[in-house]
Amino acid sequence: MGFKRLFPLLLLVFGLFAFNFSTFAQEGENHENAPAEEHEAAHEEKKGINITELVFGHVSDSHEWHLFSLHGEGGEEKEIAMPLPVIVYRPGMGLSVFSYSRFHDAGHFHKDEAGNKISGEYDGLYVEKNMKEKIKAVDGSPVYDFSITKNVLSMLVGVVLLLWLVTSAAKKYKQSTPTAPRGFQNALEVVILFIRDEVARPNLGSKYLKFMPLLLTVFFFIWINNLLGLLPGGANFTGNIAVTACLALIVFIVMMVNSNKYFWGHLLNPPNVPFLVKCLLVLIEVMSLCIKPVALMIRLFANMLAGHIVILSVICLIFIFALMNKYVGGGFVVVSLAFSIFMFMLELLVAAIQAFIFANLTAVFIGQAIEEHAHEDHEHEAAAAHH
Amino acid sequence: MDLLTPELGLFFWTLIAFLAVFFILRKFAWKPILNSLGEREKGIADSIATAERVKAEMSQLKSENEKLLAQAREERSQMLKEAKDMKERIINEAKEQAKTEANKIVSDAQVQIQQQKMAALTEVKNEIGSLALNVAEKILRKQLAGADGQENYMKMLAEDIKLN
Repeated sequence: MGFKRLFPLLLLVFGLFAFNFSTFAQEGENHENAPAEEHEAAHEEKKGINITELVFGHVSDSHEWHLFSLHGEGGEEKEIAMPLPVIVYRPGMGLSVFSYSRFHDAGHFHKDEAGNKISGEYDGLYVEKNMKEKIKAVDGSPVYDFSITKNVLSMLVGVVLLLWLVTSAAKKYKQSTPTAPRGFQNALEVVILFIRDEVARPNLGSKYLKFMPLLLTVFFFIWINNLLGLLPGGANFTGNIAVTACLALIVFIVMMVNSNKYFWGHLLNPPNVPFLVKCLLVLIEVMSLCIKPVALMIRLFANMLAGHIVILSVICLIFIFALMNKYVGGGFVVVSLAFSIFMFMLELLVAAIQAFIFANLTAVFIGQAIEEHAHEDHEHEAAAAHH
Repeated sequence: MDLLTPELGLFFWTLIAFLAVFFILRKFAWKPILNSLGEREKGIADSIATAERVKAEMSQLKSENEKLLAQAREERSQMLKEAKDMKERIINEAKEQAKTEANKIVSDAQVQIQQQKMAALTEVKNEIGSLALNVAEKILRKQLAGADGQENYMKMLAEDIKLN
C-alpha cells in the first residue's frame, strides 16, 4: 500500500535527477572545446568499452567465473577469472573433462574471417564467443557440452545452501516432543504456510498435500537462485532460458501425469457445443495447453533477465557519462547508484514475487488438470435420484 | 537471438539438481515439516475445541447450580413464611381458646358467686328473722311480764287504734 504510493514518487525524483543531469551533461558537452572532444572520442575508441558485450557477458552463461579485468601498464588487459571444468561429449570420442583454462591463451580471443571471436584449440575443440560461449569441434562434428559452467556452479551453491538450510530446520520437526518453533524455523514456517494456505489449498483443493513438496521445492529453488543471482558477481541462473525451460517442463510433466479424465474430456470433447465450434475449441484448447509451460518459462526468464540488464545498464551509465566528461560521470555516480540501489531493492522483491508466481501458476495448472467437475457429479446424483 | 536458445548442458544439470533437491527435501524436509505442522494445527484445534466444550459445560453447570440455589432459597423463604403463618395461627387459636375458657370460668364463677350470695343472703335473712323473733319475743316477754307493761301496751295499742 505504502509502496504503491512511494513508487511513482521515487520514479519522479529519479526522473528529475536524470533530467537535470542530462541537461547539465549536454551543457558541459557544448562548452567543451573541439580538440578535447576529439581527444575523448579517440580515448574511448582505444579503451573500447563495449556496453552490449559487457552487459550480455554478465547475463549469459560462461565457462569461467569472471571477476574483474586489470589494465596493465602497457595497455594490455588481464582478465581475472576462475576457470571452470569443461565436460564435453563427442559421439565416437566419448567424454572428455578438462579445465577451461586450457583453451585460452589467458583470455585472448582472435577474430576469424567471419568476424567471430574464437579461442585457441585444445583437443580438437575451440571456443566461439559471440553473445554466448560455444564449444565447437575443429572438424565441425557435433559436440554436447555438459560443462560445469558459471550458472551450474551457482546453482550447485544454491542447492547446497537450500539443502543445508531446510534440512537443518526440518530436524527440529522430527523431535518426538513438539516444541514451539524457534529462529530460522519460524521464517521457514511462515513461507511454507503461505505456500500451503495461499497457493496450494485454493488451487488444488483437497489433494493439495500431494503437490506440496513440488510447490515448495519449486518456490525455494527459484527464490534462492534468484537471490544468489543478485549478489555482486553472481550468475544469472534463473534468467537463463534453459533453466526456466527445465522447470516448466517438469511442471508440465507433473500436470500431464496427474491429469484426470474430466480434464481430457473437456479438452478434447467439450460438451454442448456444435461440431464446427468444437473443432475450433479443441484446437484452441490444445494450443493453450502447450502455451501454459511456455508462459511459465518465458515469464521467469524475462523477468530475471530484465532485472539483471537494468541494474547493469544503470551501473554502466556511470562509465558512459564518464567517457563523455569526467565530472559528469562523477556526478552521475550518485544518481546511478541511487537508481541501482532502488532497482536492487525492487529485484529483491521480484526475486520472491517471481518464485511465488511460478509456484502459484504451477498450482493453478495442476489444479486445472486434477479438477473434478462438480456438474458431472450433480448429473450422477440426479440420475441416481431418478432410479 | 542467442539468449533464447537453451543450452543442453545447463538444462541437463538443472534437471538433475532440481530432481535431486526435490526428492531429498521431500523425504527429509517437506514431509516431516508438513506432517508436524498438520499435527500441531490439529492439536491446537483440538485443544481449543476441548477448552470450548469444557467452558460450555462449566457455564451449564454454573447456571444449573444457580438455578438450584435460587430454588433452595425460594423453598427456604417459603418454609419460613409457612412456619410464621403456622405460628401465628397457633398463637391466635390458643388466644381464642384461652379467652373463651377464661370467659367461661368467669361466667361460671359469677353464677356460683351469685348462687352463694343468694344462699348466704337467705341464710342471713333467716338468721336475722329468727334473731329478730327471739329479740322480739324476749322484749315482749320482758315488757309484758309486769301489769303496768301490759296496760301501757294496751293503751298504746288502743291509741294506735284511735289514730286509725
